[in-house]
Amino acid sequence: MWIEIKTKETSKDVRKEGLQKAINEDLGLKAEVAETSDIYVIQGSYSTKEAETIARAMSDQVVQQFGINNQLYSKGAWVAIVRYKPQITDPVEQSTLKLVEDIGLAAESATIMQKYAIRNATEEQVKAICEGLLANENTQQYGYGFEHVNVSSFLKRETAAAAENGEPVAAVKIRKASDAELRKISQKNVLSLSLEEMKAIQTHFKKLRREPTDAELETIAQTWSEHCKHKTFNSEIGLELYDGGGKKTTETISNLFRETIVAATNEIAKRKEWKDNLISVFRDNAGIIKFDEENCIAFKVETHNHPSALDPYGGAGTGIGGVIRDVLGAGLGAKPIFSTDVFCFANPDYNEKLPKGVLHPKRTLKGVVSGVRDYGNRMGIPTINGSITFHNSYLAPLVYCGTAGIMPRWAIKKSPKPGDLIVVVGGKTGKDGLHGATFSSTELNEGLTTSVVQIGNAIEEKKMLDTILEARDRKLFNAITDCGAGGFSSAVGEMGRELGAEVELSQVPLKHSGMKPWEIWLSESQERMVVSVPEKNLQKLKEICEKEGAGIAVIGSFTATKKLVVKHNGKTAAELSMDFLHNGLPKQKRKAVYREKKAKTQQKQLQRRKLSGSNYDETLMKLLGMPSIASKELVIRQYDHEVQANTIIKPLTGAANDRPSDASVVMPVFGSRKGLAVANGINPRYGIISPYWMAAAAIDEALRNIVATGGSLGKTAILDNFCWANTDEPERLGTLVMAAKACKDFATAYGTPFISGKDSLHNEVVSDGKKIPILDTLLISAVAVIDDVDDIVTMDIKKEGSSIYAIGETKDEMGGSHYSELVGLGLESGNVPTIDAAKSKATFAAVEEAIKEKIVLACHDISEGGMAVALTEMCFAGGIGAEVELRNVPHTKPFYEKAQVEQSSTGSSRQQSTWGLSKNGGEIVLFSESQTRFIAEVEKGKEAMFEGTMKKHGCHYGMIGKTKGKHLVIRGSAGKIIDADIKELKEAWQKTLRY
Amino acid sequence: MTAKTKPKALVIRAAGTNCNNETALAFELAGAAAEQVHVNELIHGRKEINDYHILAIPGGFSYGDDLGSGKVLANQLAIKLKQQLENFVLAGKLAIGICNGFQVIIKMGLLPALKGTFMQEATLANNDSGKFEDRWVWMKAENDSIFTRGIKRIYLPVNHGEGKFVASNEVIGQLRKQKLIKLRYADESGMDNAAYPYNPNGSQLNIAAITNREGNVFGMMPHPEKFVTKYAHPRWTRENLPDEGDGLRIFRNMVEYAESKLM
Repeated sequence: MWIEIKTKETSKDVRKEGLQKAINEDLGLKAEVAETSDIYVIQGSYSTKEAETIARAMSDQVVQQFGINNQLYSKGAWVAIVRYKPQITDPVEQSTLKLVEDIGLAAESATIMQKYAIRNATEEQVKAICEGLLANENTQQYGYGFEHVNVSSFLKRETAAAAENGEPVAAVKIRKASDAELRKISQKNVLSLSLEEMKAIQTHFKKLRREPTDAELETIAQTWSEHCKHKTFNSEIGLELYDGGGKKTTETISNLFRETIVAATNEIAKRKEWKDNLISVFRDNAGIIKFDEENCIAFKVETHNHPSALDPYGGAGTGIGGVIRDVLGAGLGAKPIFSTDVFCFANPDYNEKLPKGVLHPKRTLKGVVSGVRDYGNRMGIPTINGSITFHNSYLAPLVYCGTAGIMPRWAIKKSPKPGDLIVVVGGKTGKDGLHGATFSSTELNEGLTTSVVQIGNAIEEKKMLDTILEARDRKLFNAITDCGAGGFSSAVGEMGRELGAEVELSQVPLKHSGMKPWEIWLSESQERMVVSVPEKNLQKLKEICEKEGAGIAVIGSFTATKKLVVKHNGKTAAELSMDFLHNGLPKQKRKAVYREKKAKTQQKQLQRRKLSGSNYDETLMKLLGMPSIASKELVIRQYDHEVQANTIIKPLTGAANDRPSDASVVMPVFGSRKGLAVANGINPRYGIISPYWMAAAAIDEALRNIVATGGSLGKTAILDNFCWANTDEPERLGTLVMAAKACKDFATAYGTPFISGKDSLHNEVVSDGKKIPILDTLLISAVAVIDDVDDIVTMDIKKEGSSIYAIGETKDEMGGSHYSELVGLGLESGNVPTIDAAKSKATFAAVEEAIKEKIVLACHDISEGGMAVALTEMCFAGGIGAEVELRNVPHTKPFYEKAQVEQSSTGSSRQQSTWGLSKNGGEIVLFSESQTRFIAEVEKGKEAMFEGTMKKHGCHYGMIGKTKGKHLVIRGSAGKIIDADIKELKEAWQKTLRY
Repeated sequence: MTAKTKPKALVIRAAGTNCNNETALAFELAGAAAEQVHVNELIHGRKEINDYHILAIPGGFSYGDDLGSGKVLANQLAIKLKQQLENFVLAGKLAIGICNGFQVIIKMGLLPALKGTFMQEATLANNDSGKFEDRWVWMKAENDSIFTRGIKRIYLPVNHGEGKFVASNEVIGQLRKQKLIKLRYADESGMDNAAYPYNPNGSQLNIAAITNREGNVFGMMPHPEKFVTKYAHPRWTRENLPDEGDGLRIFRNMVEYAESKLM
């Protein structure tokens, strides 16, 4: 039976309007959308009356109408039909079947399609609309015809799996394979294993005197994948370092991860601030810190880049779903309390030829945002923080998804026991998502398998989450982990690594028949968790699952054999020693090369940089409108940031609730004024000149956001997320090493430990054999416990007549700045911001203390776009203007009015810039992106106290002006250089991404 | 002396409900004993609707809102719990639907129920913006009700993609005539015909909340349970606000009514 549901002609069809807008604006076509509708094809036999009952229950009689078994016909129009591919599980099917069953009727299956009638278009244009807007060919299929479309081919059920022949468990002949053959085996099966690794496997099975099975080989490949083992970060690296003058030094790093990230945390863990507060770092699915006497916080940020490139909507949704499961699988489970999402895209107005298979960045952006919205909102987890960076290297987009959860202190440790049942809770297992872990270790290439893309089902995950949290509180299980990359193979393999496990795959609930044992074992179907359950608790767990409507199956038990045994209907599909699986990976040696770039001076180019006019008004407006700086309100509002009712500093703040806060804060325990702040730092542009200072700046920015909001360094933990292009290239690995070194240096200096992290190292698009690598990108996510939320300040100017202070030193650091990019200086020239950690620490401490003294009304960190942008943001957020004198901004020597040659300690000389506060305008002061700087609004009459605090910490500060009126007025040495209505400045900032 | 017994509030949840904890908390703060019960427990008879004085269907995405917001849960309740719900409402007990809960009760016909229950007469359609939106809105109260007693203006968040109140002219006429409209979106000054974004979804007549004729069933799109302390207010760092949030008034009203009339 077919039911077609569409909006009544008298009602507004927002989907039609949205599509119309996209056809006109994104594709530049004049085609007209005549009608949209949904079609539900429900398998079952129904009387006319029953069919009508179902249709009535499915449709909204006030604004919709339905038809039963209609022809898909539209006079004078093209008819296009879209549906998910048969192998993809459409969550709407489940809801449709439930509704029919609630009515008391039976239904076997349902297929959901969208129908569009399009006029005034050529066939070519209809195809362009289908491909460019309606269907993503990686997950969906479409068909179209004039006035009528034949859809019989659409209704084929998944039969491909059943049709496959061959042995359920096959041996793979590797013992006698040559090197070339080993390589071929790895490539053909998307194992992403190197020859050396294949040889280790070969040796192992030679000793066992048998060939590995397909399931065994796949299990090893997943366990040894870059995704699971972080091989690059754990390899031994020989680094060749060339300084600016070309002088070479060498260094051997025995384990990059241990010597940088872990070393910093180990050092900080000894200090008094963190001695008792670091609960679990780097071991579990998420990092865990203490929150209060009863509760801990688990925090994790993941990347989901490759899937999001192929299907932005599904990829982003499953990215969120995955990181939520990480938190739910930390310790004995944490309850998610907020999410943070950070994206990097190419510019939305990208107009060059796109490489084959690469989606337009605007489409990617829209799809990713919708994916986060639909999955995150349905989960009931507020998305309270994020950022979007635009740069045309991100044709391979970056999608970072983070979630924090709260858990009772008793639930921080997991320990599966021999004899415990291995129980899977949640959704069924299908052929979807095979090879995710190994796939993410390759660059995006034309024609890559697309079986890795999935569509998430948030409600399936919500049911599982509700089930797990109740079972946790009733202490029904001893351990839990999520089924992420590698599916059961990594979940069971990891949980049982000290014990041993035996699994019977025939017990796994499947989405479709005909799956081979290795496919069941490796499938990365979403929304599943594995728990280790003592037999006596099984019945109770089953009862919770039944109440919540979550799936449950016992698939095996943990043993004490130290062996991983996988059977299918009693026949062994895999038998691996836990020792070989987890410790057999040969240690890798890699070569890294890093050449320090000579700072190119911007001196000559810097003259007369203003775009036009006698002041910087227009320059400032253009800067505010740059996509990376411009308002993301349209995106932020689509995320529910209120659910759970704990978000007390929201992602949008200020007099009109429309300017992003530096950090967002939740108050997760009702009745307690303890808060948890979250912020991020990301500055890939600086990495073009120096990956080391890029990483330092990312840490600094994340911490500035925390401190500006009232947090404290001593209570802030951080996460690292490295997204790099191919680090198999020594020069690329070199930049990764330098960034990791900065992570160590600055985390240690600031006393902010890394508690978890992630790396994704093959982010590049291959087009006609040419690689387009992303910028080296490090995201630092910070989470801080705020002892009393009454200490918090936001960044919006609060009242007229207050004093405005600039804190921290402004230097000639225009390298990699947004200003340099805007005015055409490029991102490669100039000095990239550097940080003197001791000075910065003093600045942080001074700001922290001043805010605690409650004399700071507003505080904002200075980041993208420099001081001019920061001041502007504070003004329009508060709806109050300011009058500022640049000469009082604390700055380094080069700001003298005359050129001078400075002799450096090494003997080399370089000419310093001459601009500063000279008559050419204070553009460096306005737009330099020097680090560890803040602007504070200090209550009138409290200036002396504030200055006392600044002096006490020995930090640079200057009173630069007063809050006043509705204009931002900035004076340089030659008088007014900016005088603009804050309304106009706000409009410039808001209009760029308003679509 | 025995402690005063508290009115019992039933917070019904289903797969995808996600505002149940804060709704239960708001009832507790207002003086009720709140219990969160999964709809499957009601259907299997493990819990009885009639054992409670107040019933709430909180916000969320019940069954993913896959066939339109609240559709699948509305269908389930109307079929599986019809009699119990009818009895509860006829007994004059209080029922509130918030956001997704409002979508559910309007779609199963518990509101406005001009011609009897379980017939849909109005709906909450897609926002005019075509998007889910999270923003704080002002509302003006009119026509006193059990739920909005003592409220003139109220500021609360909306978080929904389908909140546009739509009904036929006839139904709208009846709602006005019978004074069943209780809250309307307004601007800061109280103008109740203000346009987007003040009217966040394009609702007819800026309707944000209505009751049935008897006044004991109430539905609203904004979330009163999200604003029970000042810290939830988006501008608590710049405005002087009382410690208690405006939203709690609605829960207090229900509890006070239950204490005086239903116990």
